[in-house]
Amino acid sequence: MPLVSFLDVEKTYRSLQGVDYPAVEHFNVEIEPGEFFCLLGPSGCGKTTVLKMLAGFETPTTGQILMEGRPVTGASRDRGVVFQGDDSLYGWLTAVENVEFGLRMRHVGKAERRERALRYLELVGLRGQEQKYPAELSGGMKQRIQIARVLVNEPKMLLMDEPFAALDAQTRSLMQVELARIWQATRTTVLFITHDIDEAVTLGKRIGVMRAGPRSQVKGVVEVALNGARSRTDDAFLRYYKAVYEMIRDEVAKSIAGAS
Amino acid sequence: MIRDSDGAARRALSGYGGYVLGFISLFVIWQLASLYLVSSVLFPPPTVVFRKGVLLVRNGVLLEHLSASLQRILAGFIAGSLLGIPIGLAMGSFRPVRRVLEPYTEFLRFIPSVAMITVAVIWFGIGEASKIFLIIYTTIFIVILNTAAGVSAIAPDKIRAAQSLGATRAQIFIHVAMPATVPYILTGMRLAMGNSFTTIVAAELIAANDGLGKMLWDGRLFMLVDEIFVSLVTLGLLGFVVDRMFRWSIYTFAGKYSPAT
Repeated sequence: MPLVSFLDVEKTYRSLQGVDYPAVEHFNVEIEPGEFFCLLGPSGCGKTTVLKMLAGFETPTTGQILMEGRPVTGASRDRGVVFQGDDSLYGWLTAVENVEFGLRMRHVGKAERRERALRYLELVGLRGQEQKYPAELSGGMKQRIQIARVLVNEPKMLLMDEPFAALDAQTRSLMQVELARIWQATRTTVLFITHDIDEAVTLGKRIGVMRAGPRSQVKGVVEVALNGARSRTDDAFLRYYKAVYEMIRDEVAKSIAGAS
Repeated sequence: MIRDSDGAARRALSGYGGYVLGFISLFVIWQLASLYLVSSVLFPPPTVVFRKGVLLVRNGVLLEHLSASLQRILAGFIAGSLLGIPIGLAMGSFRPVRRVLEPYTEFLRFIPSVAMITVAVIWFGIGEASKIFLIIYTTIFIVILNTAAGVSAIAPDKIRAAQSLGATRAQIFIHVAMPATVPYILTGMRLAMGNSFTTIVAAELIAANDGLGKMLWDGRLFMLVDEIFVSLVTLGLLGFVVDRMFRWSIYTFAGKYSPAT
């Protein structure tokens, strides 16, 4: 049984002028337990809308989203979210206090939650930075706090909304390697949103390619049969890159034409 | 290229050195203006004012007025903030509360506290109660508006993150909305402190037995121009010192909440 199923999901936004904008329509995807699913699409195609609905921040206009067979109603700690921007971190809390947040909300004892938070800070490579405030840390480190803050909560699933898009190129590729390592270690199910083909092929076990909006949906799913460390120069990597590129090329063109 | 000595001078000026220089220049310009520009007993130079000030400190008159004003400001300011913060939090968090209370805040904040002096004196007499009422009045709306604005300025992702970390609505209010709003509350309080000075002087000018405003009034009544200036300088210095203390305590005790970052 899939962990998550999107069943004919549609989301229509209404503008202030009363004009309807169907962001996604007939959206169908199934995510298996333990897999790393990348949702790839041109900007404005509704990727983030899909993530927000699964997170429970927004409700589908029609259709259903099931998790373990039950419809998603509102946010829950089953689905931890890593946001693109660092404004989701709590600036008045130190790194370790940020990571402890979910445990504190559940009244886990002080010593235990500190110990667990430190373990996850170690996992994301932030040991020694735990007493710093987010403002004192770099963009990459802040995203690591976000990842640790979600993982320590032991969610059934991790939702990542272009978490590395705001980072510089070097930090981004480093974070991709780190995330791949963390995923190997935890085997948490991940839904990863990106517009970067390279990132999708580097991380994804399956890549869902989306059409340009409006009325966006999944155009096709590419299964990436690469194991372990992936190298951008491998022939196999390039083959997948090409396959995905060919699938998304027209959509990007449409998206740009639609925007101008 | 900037020479080292230039750099050192610039550093000195951007630190406390600049402050000292600014204050000295203020008094020098005043001294020159009163000696050459407006040479009149109605505009005493700082040296004269300073001597008078020392005299008034020695005989205890200045301190008596100063502490009277300061006590009123502090009492009203603290009470006004303590009332304003929860009201502002509630208005920012719950739309119905905002709808019900907005007519009050939007109507009353345009009636200046100075205009309320007459009413305050009629209601509470010329004692302490009327002054404290006026300081509360002048404090509360700024604190409410800033607090409410702070709540609505919270990044939506902060709330969403808490939701998906399993926090309840009440927990989000206490652990996210309140701390995220602290910088706005402190800014509102700082602005309110400035207004309190304006209000207390106006109130004491009209109806009081002591205070810096009363001192000003007496100075006018008996043509003690020096005393007027002592009172004015004291107000300026007091405001400056209190504001610095406020900023200092924000940075020291609530550095992580400081409005600057």
